[in-house]
Amino acid sequence: MSSVRATIVSQFEAVADEQQRRLAPLTDDLKLLQSGLDSLSFAIVVARLEDELGRDPFNAEEAVEFPVTFGDFVRLYEHSAG
Amino acid sequence: MWLWGAMCAAGQLPAGVFHSSSTALALADLAGASALGGRLEDFRGRTVLIAAKDQLTAALALIELDGVAQRIVLCPPDLAHAHFPAVIQTSGAAAWVRDAAVPEENGAGLELAVTAGPALTAEPLRRHCTHETEWILLTSGTTGAPKLVLHTLASLTGAIVYQQARQQTATRLPVWSTFYDIRRYGGLQIFLRAALRGGSLVLSDPKEPITDFLGRAAAAGITHISGTPSHWRRSLMSGAAATIAPAYVRLSGEIADQAILDNLEATYPNSGVAHAFASTEAGVAFEVGDGLAGFPEALVGAPGPVELKVADGTLRIRSGGNATRYLGEQVAPLRGADGFVDTGDRVELRDGRYHFMGRAGGVINVGGLKVHPEEVEAVINAIPWVRMSLVKARRNPITGAVVTAEVVLADDKDVPGERPEGAALTREIIEACRRGLPAHKVPAMVRIVPSLEVSAAGKLVRPGA
Repeated sequence: MSSVRATIVSQFEAVADEQQRRLAPLTDDLKLLQSGLDSLSFAIVVARLEDELGRDPFNAEEAVEFPVTFGDFVRLYEHSAG
Repeated sequence: MWLWGAMCAAGQLPAGVFHSSSTALALADLAGASALGGRLEDFRGRTVLIAAKDQLTAALALIELDGVAQRIVLCPPDLAHAHFPAVIQTSGAAAWVRDAAVPEENGAGLELAVTAGPALTAEPLRRHCTHETEWILLTSGTTGAPKLVLHTLASLTGAIVYQQARQQTATRLPVWSTFYDIRRYGGLQIFLRAALRGGSLVLSDPKEPITDFLGRAAAAGITHISGTPSHWRRSLMSGAAATIAPAYVRLSGEIADQAILDNLEATYPNSGVAHAFASTEAGVAFEVGDGLAGFPEALVGAPGPVELKVADGTLRIRSGGNATRYLGEQVAPLRGADGFVDTGDRVELRDGRYHFMGRAGGVINVGGLKVHPEEVEAVINAIPWVRMSLVKARRNPITGAVVTAEVVLADDKDVPGERPEGAALTREIIEACRRGLPAHKVPAMVRIVPSLEVSAAGKLVRPGA
C-alpha cells in the first residue's frame, strides 16, 4: 500500500471512530457516500490530510473533478503534487 | 396579500403538488380539507409555534395559518428542547402545531396544542384572511440560543415579486426543489416560490440518501433546485448529480467558489447556474448568473429595489426584503441608522468584482450553518485544565469551513485530578465539545498553544475582526 493510501485509510478510520460512524470496507470501488461518512466527516478528513500530507488537491489551481469512489479519492491525492 | 389567497389568485385552485419522501399532496385539496385536525379557527389571532419534524406538515401549517394567526414561528427541526421556553416567551406564543416526532413537553405551558401530520382531513372550511400574519424565523445567536427575526409575507416575497416579470415565459408549471429545510431562509424562499407561482415542490428529507432524493426530484421533473455549495459538492460526490436535468441551478448560503461553479456548469451544460446572496435578516440581495465567483462591482451603489453598499469591509443591504426587527429585549437593532442591514459578510474588491472573504466577528459558516466561536469556547473553557481558547474558521473544500480551536492549558498546580497528555488531551477536548454541542460546532482539530494574543482592552484578538 502506498504511504498516501495508508495515511488516507487511517484518517478515514480515525474520523469514523470519532464521529461514531460505521465505516464500510475501504475498497477502490466503494462509493464515498456509502462509506458511512457524512459531509462533515469528509471535511475533517480533508483538513487533517492537508496537515499530514501537506496538500489539498481540492484547492489546486486547475479545477478538479469531485471524487465519487474511494479509489478516485486516493488517486486525487496520489496525483497531486506534494 | 395572504398566502392561500395568492395561491388561489384569479379564482383558480393551485395546480401544484408538494412531495415529501413518503407523501404527495395536491394543494387544491386544501380547499376542502385541513391538516390541523379541525382546529384551524382556534388558531385565529394567536401566536403559533410551528414545530414539526416533517417538512410537509410544516409546509401545510404555513399555508393554512398565514392570514389566520397573528404570528407564526418557524421552528427548525433541530431546535433543541432547551431553547423552546425562550422561543415561546419571546414570541408570545399561546399555541403550537407539532407532529408525533416532537416531544410534547417542548410546548409546556402553551394553551393549545395540535398534533398534525401530512394527511388532510376533509372538513367544511371557509378560508379567509383576518390578520397580516407576522412570520418569525430563527437564526443562531452568539450564545447558542436562537435569535427571533420578524418578517412579513411581503418582506419574504419581495425578491419573488420583482423577479416574476422576467420568468413569465415558462410554458409549463415549474417544479421546485431544495436541499434546504424550508424552515431556513434559503428553503423558505423556494417554498414560497412554489406556492406563489403555482408550481410543485419536492421536499428533502435528512434521513434520505442523496441519490434517492435526486431520484425523486428527477421523477417529479424538477426545473429549479437550490442548495448550498456544500449540498452541491455532496451531490457531485454521490455520482448521481446528473440524474436531474433542471433548467435552473442555484447556490446560496455559503461562498460559491470558482471550482464548484465550474463543476456545476460542466454537470448541467443546459442549465442556468446562478449563485445568490441572501440572509435571514437582510433578505435576498442579488443573484449572479455569469459563471464567475463573486459579484460585479457595479451592483454596489446601483439604484433599484435592493440597494447594496460596502462599509467597514462588510456588505450592507437595504430593501423591502429586509426583516423588520429582532424580537425580544436587549437585542441590538437589526438595521443601522441609514436603514441598511449589515450582513456581517466581509467582501474585498479585486479586478472589478467583489469577493466574499468570510464572516466578520469570526462567525464560522460550516456547510451553511453558522457557528459563533464564543459558544464553542465556552464549552472548551469549562474543562478544568483549560485556561482559555480561541475558536476560528479554517477554509475547507467540502463544507466551506470547519471549526478549529487553539487551547491554552491551565497551570498544573491549579488543576485537580489528572490531565491527559498528547493525543489523548486533544481527544478529550473534542469529546467534551461533542457532549455539549451539535456536530458542526465541534472543532475538527485542536492545537495546544502556549499563549493567545489578548488586546489592550483585554479581549482575545480574533482573525478578521
